Amino acid sequence: MAYVAVKGGERAIEAAHAWRAEARRGDPALPALDPAQIEGQLGRAVDRAMAEGSLYDRKLAALAIAQAEGDLIEAAFLLRAYRTTLPRFGASLPLDTERMAIRRRISAIFKDLPGGQVLGPTTDYTHRLLDFGLRDGQAPPAAPVADPDRAPMPRVADILAAEDLIRPDPPAAAEPADITRAAPGFPPPRDARLQSLARGDEGFLLGLGYSTQRGYGGSHPFAGEIRMGAVSVEIVPEELGFAIDIGEIVLTECQMVNQFAGTKTEPARFTTGYGLAFGHADRRAMAMALVDRALQARELGEDATAPAQDAEFVLGHADNIEATGFVEHLKLPHYVDFQSEIEAVRRLRAMAATALAEAAE
Amino acid sequence: MLNPEPTPKTPRQSWMAVLARADAAAIADQLPPNDLLPGWRLLRGPEAGLIMLRGRTGGAGAPFNLAEMTVTRCTLRLATGQVGHATIAGQDPRHAELAALADALLQDPARHAALHAALIAPLAAGQDAAREAIAARAAATRVQFFALQTMRT
Repeated sequence: MAYVAVKGGERAIEAAHAWRAEARRGDPALPALDPAQIEGQLGRAVDRAMAEGSLYDRKLAALAIAQAEGDLIEAAFLLRAYRTTLPRFGASLPLDTERMAIRRRISAIFKDLPGGQVLGPTTDYTHRLLDFGLRDGQAPPAAPVADPDRAPMPRVADILAAEDLIRPDPPAAAEPADITRAAPGFPPPRDARLQSLARGDEGFLLGLGYSTQRGYGGSHPFAGEIRMGAVSVEIVPEELGFAIDIGEIVLTECQMVNQFAGTKTEPARFTTGYGLAFGHADRRAMAMALVDRALQARELGEDATAPAQDAEFVLGHADNIEATGFVEHLKLPHYVDFQSEIEAVRRLRAMAATALAEAAE
Repeated sequence: MLNPEPTPKTPRQSWMAVLARADAAAIADQLPPNDLLPGWRLLRGPEAGLIMLRGRTGGAGAPFNLAEMTVTRCTLRLATGQVGHATIAGQDPRHAELAALADALLQDPARHAALHAALIAPLAAGQDAAREAIAARAAATRVQFFALQTMRT
């Protein structure tokens, strides 16, 4: 790929950026948007920018969304770029979602389960009617409260595993793969797949997950459990040698439970697909879990014929920062490339015309 | 809705968790004025960086790298010898430095009781109350299934 050096565009670019900044500000008669408002009031946009930006920081994500005028892929791009300016101090201990401070926890497979069904701040049962009351800026009524139950809320997958009804995960690698440091080989191991899916484009994951439901690699999923809430982050600083709690992040976790007929060596059991997403993100966590399950086809001895089961296809195209970079680079000058294409076409046409003339003689 | 801790924390782990969840202003408000504090020297930071967050496959299985988060860390030494450390979520260098300072001061037996009562106890109570408020809202959204039988009577 050859780009022509672009000279003489500087003033046009400066003017374009200035106009963009003015357009972003919008009507100067209205107050400017404070990123703190985005953080507080556009939480689902913040969640998505953090997931696809692969960086948990609600304040930075809100700033990125403001800067990107609400374009969430652009916001994620800004976060990815910012991330490269910071050193990495280490890795956390594995997040313990069993100890999540539950805000929402539902299961579509057990009505009565320990801890019960907790809907949380969901939109699931709204009628999707526009709420014109929001235009008046009225304060909402206070949410009802009830006495919190201290009963533990075991994960549904663990309840099934206790009865040996779930296929256990293979033993862990010593150090999990990190796709930000080394490209995973093919076929990629499950840890590398999960890391790729966690930062994958939500629309792409949703479409692929949907395709598995419509018969392209179907695996009869049930939403075993979706839980959302705050989880403590713990690290072990080298200088201390013991774990310290550095704060909380909000996560949504989804366990899909799928049929598995068993093999000659394995009893019939359920398999699971796993989704883990920043913030309150049912759709992302569910789509991720569907695709995670589809990508286990080969390991489970299933025919891998559908797009969602093809790790090379899925992981190669899930990253919207890579995708937008390659698609949108087509806008940049390709003058020299195209000039050579034009000359080739003209040459071919001239040769054809000559051949025609010679044939006529 | 409040799942118990699997391993109890040491006192230092407990106060470090409270300081990490506080903000700079709340810590600064309850620290003694500078002229009543021993001097301190920054050993490292405060500096911004990243932590790679790890999840577990299926929630309980093999670890995998999920994504990163921003953190700020700081280590300092008091003139009286105690070394304080803080790593906090997010990007507030003042929060990290004040949390490290409080961590060092709390390790001084002569200061511990008063500072714990003035700083850690109220912050911890506030954080517990915030957690309880969320748990109470969640509890109100718990589905109370009732059987048809009870409807007939």
